Amino acid sequence: MTKGTNLTDAAVFRAQGIGKSYPGVRANDDVSFSVEAGEIHALLGENGAGKSTLVKMIYGLVRPDDGEMTLNGQPHQPADPRAARAAGVAMVFQHFSLFDALTVAENIALGMENPPHRHALSARIAQVSQDFGLPLNPARRVVTLSAGERQRVEIIRCLLQNPRLLIMDEPTSVLTPQEAELLFATLRKLADGGTAILYISHKLDEIRAHCDRATILRHGRVVDSCDPRAHSARTLAAMMVGGEMRPIDRSGRRTGEVLLQVRALSQPAPTAEGTALKGVTLTLRAGEILGIGGVAGNGQDELLAALSGEVRSAPGTVLLEGADLSRLGPEGRRVAGLLAAPEDRLGHAAVPDFSLTDNTLLTAGARKGLVRKGLIDRPAARAYAADVIRAFDVRTPGPGTTAKALSGGNLQKFVIGREVMQTPRVLAVNQPTWGVDAGAAAAVRQSLLDLARSGAGVIVISQDLDELLELSDRFCALNEGRLSDPVTTEGLTLDRIGLMLGGAHGMEVAHP
Amino acid sequence: MIRLVPRTETPALLQVAIPLLAVLATMLAGGILFGVMGYDPVAAIKTIFWDPLFGPAASYSRPQLLVKAAPLILIASGLAVGFRAGIWNIGAEGQYIVGAITGAAVALAAYPAQGMWIFPAMVVAGAAGGWAWGMVPALLRNWFGASEILVSLMLVYVAQRIAAWMAFGPMKNPEGFGFPGSRNLQQYPPASNPELVAGTGAHWGVVAAAAAVLATWFLMSRHIRGFHLRAAGLAPRAARFAGVRPETLVAFCLGLSGALAGMAGLFEVAGPAGQITDKVGVGYGFTAIIVAFLGRLHPVGILLAGLLLALTYIGGELAQLTMNLPAATVQVFQGMLLFFLLGFDLLTRYRIARRITA
Repeated sequence: MTKGTNLTDAAVFRAQGIGKSYPGVRANDDVSFSVEAGEIHALLGENGAGKSTLVKMIYGLVRPDDGEMTLNGQPHQPADPRAARAAGVAMVFQHFSLFDALTVAENIALGMENPPHRHALSARIAQVSQDFGLPLNPARRVVTLSAGERQRVEIIRCLLQNPRLLIMDEPTSVLTPQEAELLFATLRKLADGGTAILYISHKLDEIRAHCDRATILRHGRVVDSCDPRAHSARTLAAMMVGGEMRPIDRSGRRTGEVLLQVRALSQPAPTAEGTALKGVTLTLRAGEILGIGGVAGNGQDELLAALSGEVRSAPGTVLLEGADLSRLGPEGRRVAGLLAAPEDRLGHAAVPDFSLTDNTLLTAGARKGLVRKGLIDRPAARAYAADVIRAFDVRTPGPGTTAKALSGGNLQKFVIGREVMQTPRVLAVNQPTWGVDAGAAAAVRQSLLDLARSGAGVIVISQDLDELLELSDRFCALNEGRLSDPVTTEGLTLDRIGLMLGGAHGMEVAHP
Repeated sequence: MIRLVPRTETPALLQVAIPLLAVLATMLAGGILFGVMGYDPVAAIKTIFWDPLFGPAASYSRPQLLVKAAPLILIASGLAVGFRAGIWNIGAEGQYIVGAITGAAVALAAYPAQGMWIFPAMVVAGAAGGWAWGMVPALLRNWFGASEILVSLMLVYVAQRIAAWMAFGPMKNPEGFGFPGSRNLQQYPPASNPELVAGTGAHWGVVAAAAAVLATWFLMSRHIRGFHLRAAGLAPRAARFAGVRPETLVAFCLGLSGALAGMAGLFEVAGPAGQITDKVGVGYGFTAIIVAFLGRLHPVGILLAGLLLALTYIGGELAQLTMNLPAATVQVFQGMLLFFLLGFDLLTRYRIARRITA
């Protein structure tokens, strides 16, 4: 038995010696832990540590090879998620599965086995949202909801099943600090009512603030189990990655001449759900990291598209070292030295079904000489993919692996590495560490700092305010397509930034 | 109980096995069908799939294989490029007809002039006609967001009406005793597309088909534009990020497949068909869709699938002659082939598992 694991009778859920193998990988090995009623239990680990395999087994998506699980003292062997739900397990996924065109109530009804009549369901949704302080109008269309509100839909969907065990997969990655506080108040209320909560996250500070116990996974095994409140974030991170975390090194940077200028950039919304950019103006100097914060859906994707060249803009709006790039497409901008990495790794920054070798050809063809006169140099592409894999510690069998086979953190390291190793003059990244484990996130952030140190300019668009505080020299907020004036990051507090972003445009406040 | 479970990886072997499986299932289902209709199923299948190549009259039917396969392969090569990019040209039949008309128009305008330039000019005109017919859905999609599937398909019927008008009107043979149809180009040497090597059936269309297979293979596997096409089919946003303009892609794919279909039409009208009639379109443009999918959108696969489908044409005709099988046999076979192919294709994305009851 693993050190510190406490198998008392209060356990709602218990795993004993769980193991699961995939071809070539031992995803889980002899995993034992338990979650008690009324407990918020953190599951900590790097991507690839086996967290998702473990919760997929609990939720009936994957069957364990060996070991036993019990729920409320009964053997728990769900054949599918439906059986798991019937047994009292509910799960809120990191990626929402909601239909934009339908209302909140319709979306919830779709996920139920036997949905009650519409009016009865709306009344129950209103009741649950009242009880748990999750303000939500059942009649609203999902398309009009913020990320935080969408998450509430998923949570209420789960709560209507009266779960014994609620699994939350990285729930705060899309929330503002204020929204996250609201979520924790709800979770605490649920736990006080006797629900066991299994909480997956890589944000060590929030785990330390809100979780009662933490089980730490590394390479598929339980390495420790502890009270996170009794340890520093540094210690927890060290347990997770199996060694001392290297502190982020911000030293040695010096701001130089102006590299990138964006002048009064306005763009209509690309789609009905998109956001129009309204007079965005910014200046980026060599060696500088400019952080752009804001809740998703406020023009982040549109701003990145305008920088990458996916969307061209009016002449004179995007200038790199004095040259007007506004009318150039992505390839022309790459040649000039303006590179970008979009938020969505699978399907935007990389083609999921292509090998890593082929994925280098997506952006590095010109700058790395992988494509000459239209002809693809596959050996050169393979060598470049191997270079990126080596330099950025991408854990994968090799350049021939398809992008979709990589974990989120590893693919993100590859995508960032592919751009950084082209030595851009300016690199713009959107959500560089979204859904990425702590180890990979640290590596990505360090690589951005190193790039800035070498004299390039970096724009980081992110919802993760800790990340922006850690990386950026100056900070702007993007709100409904408008970019605020930059403020120097030094001396800014998280609360103040949170208010700059969320409070500014009428975010709903909890009514406990 | 059995159920379908999504696959994470598709075994490479399956990509080859599924078309073969579909062919076998078609033979089996076809045999059952003939049995029910009162024919000897084994003899019928043998007549369709074996006799054209190795039967008593094979020396007559064998050259027909290349004659029928050439247009199918030429058209399917172009279609497959678009299909890989997620651009669905269903109207190759129309582009084929228009290519035949524009190509023949050059010859009919030149008649009775002699000169080496006439046939090459016809090929260019045929390709240009097909290209122009393909650009109609491309531009409508780019300007108004119209579905290229519907527009290209509807333009087939427009092309058929134009062919009928040409055969009865502007292109009618002045020395044809009032019969509909243009002059026979086989009797006008500078414009004819003869058999290049006696007894093989190989005409210039066969050469063009072989060139198309090589060229599309090169494009899709060696050239960055082919890479962009594949990326656009799998992940359109990633292709855009790489620098692909969707509008350019739509125009390229519909233009290329239109031009190849138009060339196929010209080779046919200058060769085996000989003249523009109201029945210029014989369905190659539609059958080529089956060829493209049966060949897994891969140039080599298309080559093999084109030969197989050509075999069903010849075998079907042979069965009509020798066994009195109905004329629709060929279409039934081609339909079944596509049906089984799409059915078995499910297995590339799902695997069959026995249900485990909870």
